[in-house]
Amino acid sequence: MAAIDIDKVRILVVGDSGVGKSSLVHLVCHSEPIANASWTIGAAVDVKVHEYKEGTPSQKTYFLEFWDVGGSANHTKSRHIFFNPVHGLILVHDLTNRKSHLNLRKWLAEVLAKDSNGAKIGSNSGSEYDPERFAGSHIPILVVGTKMDQIDPRRESVLSRSSPVAEECGADEINLDCMQSKDLAAGTSKAVKFSRFFDKVIERRFFAKDPFQSVSTSSYMYTDRRRPVAPQYISKTCHQD
Amino acid sequence: MSFFLDSVVMFSTQILFFLGGWVFFIRRLYKDYEVHHIIVQLIFSLTFALSCTMFELIIFEILGILNTNSRYFHWKLDIFAMLFTVIFVLPFYIAYFTLSNIRFVQKNRLIVVLTVAAWLIFVYFFWKLGDPFPILSPKHGKIALAERESLQRAANATPKQRGIWGMIKNVTGSSGKESISQLQQEVNAYEELSRQLFLEVVDLHNTKERIIYSRTLQGKYFNFMGYIFSMYCLWKIVISTINIVFDRVGKTDPVTRGVEIAVNYFGIQFDVKFWSQQISFILVGIIIVTSIRGLLINLTKFFYAISSSKSSSVIVLALAQIMGMYFVSSVLLMRMNMPPEYRGIITEVLGDLQFNFYHRWFDVIFLVSALSSMGFIYLAHQQAPEKNMNP
Repeated sequence: MAAIDIDKVRILVVGDSGVGKSSLVHLVCHSEPIANASWTIGAAVDVKVHEYKEGTPSQKTYFLEFWDVGGSANHTKSRHIFFNPVHGLILVHDLTNRKSHLNLRKWLAEVLAKDSNGAKIGSNSGSEYDPERFAGSHIPILVVGTKMDQIDPRRESVLSRSSPVAEECGADEINLDCMQSKDLAAGTSKAVKFSRFFDKVIERRFFAKDPFQSVSTSSYMYTDRRRPVAPQYISKTCHQD
Repeated sequence: MSFFLDSVVMFSTQILFFLGGWVFFIRRLYKDYEVHHIIVQLIFSLTFALSCTMFELIIFEILGILNTNSRYFHWKLDIFAMLFTVIFVLPFYIAYFTLSNIRFVQKNRLIVVLTVAAWLIFVYFFWKLGDPFPILSPKHGKIALAERESLQRAANATPKQRGIWGMIKNVTGSSGKESISQLQQEVNAYEELSRQLFLEVVDLHNTKERIIYSRTLQGKYFNFMGYIFSMYCLWKIVISTINIVFDRVGKTDPVTRGVEIAVNYFGIQFDVKFWSQQISFILVGIIIVTSIRGLLINLTKFFYAISSSKSSSVIVLALAQIMGMYFVSSVLLMRMNMPPEYRGIITEVLGDLQFNFYHRWFDVIFLVSALSSMGFIYLAHQQAPEKNMNP
């Protein structure tokens, strides 16, 4: 097998069981809806070829590895093997189920705990999301809401509110229907948001020495509750491969 | 006047039970789901409250609390409400939510009409089922083979002969002209292997946790209780078999029996009436508490395993139906465990039933389910336990 000279980044896709992670990953990688979705055991990996900084002279091809980790409650203790290393994070929730959105905090805590401490088995400290811990590790995050077509018409106001989890992490937010390929057709606003997110992940992984010089400053929308990151936290980040 | 007071006491306890069921619903069952229809929560809590009221009335019967007439009235009221819920309300809503989930049925009126039709069919079969009673041949249970099927599929997909060595041969001796479909096949095989390995890891983690837990004090206590209850199960199986084979129905309940043995053989003298009341109160209390707790724990486990956000309403209602029917039948069978002076009210309320037949019928069902459970567990442990594919 010839050696391929293309770099790759790992993007982790997490969320409650049954929210539509596998459908989302399939839609992003293959541009068509998934035929038969079944519960994911362990993790499923899918790959997408992405052009970094498309349309500019410094365009470069990268592989995006989507690690779709099964969200079943039985596998909590064993999931951590997939969480390290991670260069980008997609949090998926179900728009018809508000609890899956509230659980995103737990997911974020679980991923961050395992990432910063290596494979720490059996830690219970990751049950509450702590903004302080997030400030030390700057993985780009995207919040995706699925099943947009199944929302009860009476509760469409949920679409207009922005997600509190997304605000806390300064993450971008997308709501879509994973069974419609037209949502992610080239040129639509959602496809552009995804592209921007992928560029940010690649940037953070390969180019950024000082995270304050990232692509968009919107990733550091702090609320009044938290203080900005002090430079001494930056030395903690060493992504080993 | 006393009737009014008694009713106030009864209704306040019923409200307490209702709140208990409500909280259980929100905190444990619907931990990860959003409640779309509040009627589901109401019905579940209502079933739970009515069941607990029945048990409460039995306890009051034994302890002699409240006026006899008001007890009798509340018994009748509770039984009728329970039957109404289990036969009318629950099947109706189960049919309604199941039909709502089907995509092509859109208009609400159509759903309601279909629901009424489904409910009529259910009632017809429910009635027909009870027709041949009290004499009926035991039915055999169905056996589910879902785990075996998935395991067979996985075994067929993995090319065990090629495996790792085939891959290494490919890397060293390949000319670079690998076809994509060949690679895809290998990838699929490896993914399947990784899934199986992951499941083994999960099982190992669980085993490790169990071992750690068994060393703690609580773990040791539960382990000990486990031994005691397995003894009790064995004894119950033996007794059921004897009852069926020799065609006898236990005439005396354990309390009176125990008192008889104590007095006649051990010569212990004590106030029989007082102590039999206390002992039957404790015994019945333990039975009630353990059956409620056991049922709720099993319901929760079952619910987590099979529900998704679409089907959660239907499953919760089905579980409420099972809960209601289970509690009604355990009240009926409780009669067997109480001394004769306390059986009166159950006999009176339930009317003209051939209790002896039902006790024997219970023995048969118990034996059948015990044996099939043993068969299941044996089969499940025959295959390596880590190959259990539970999503």
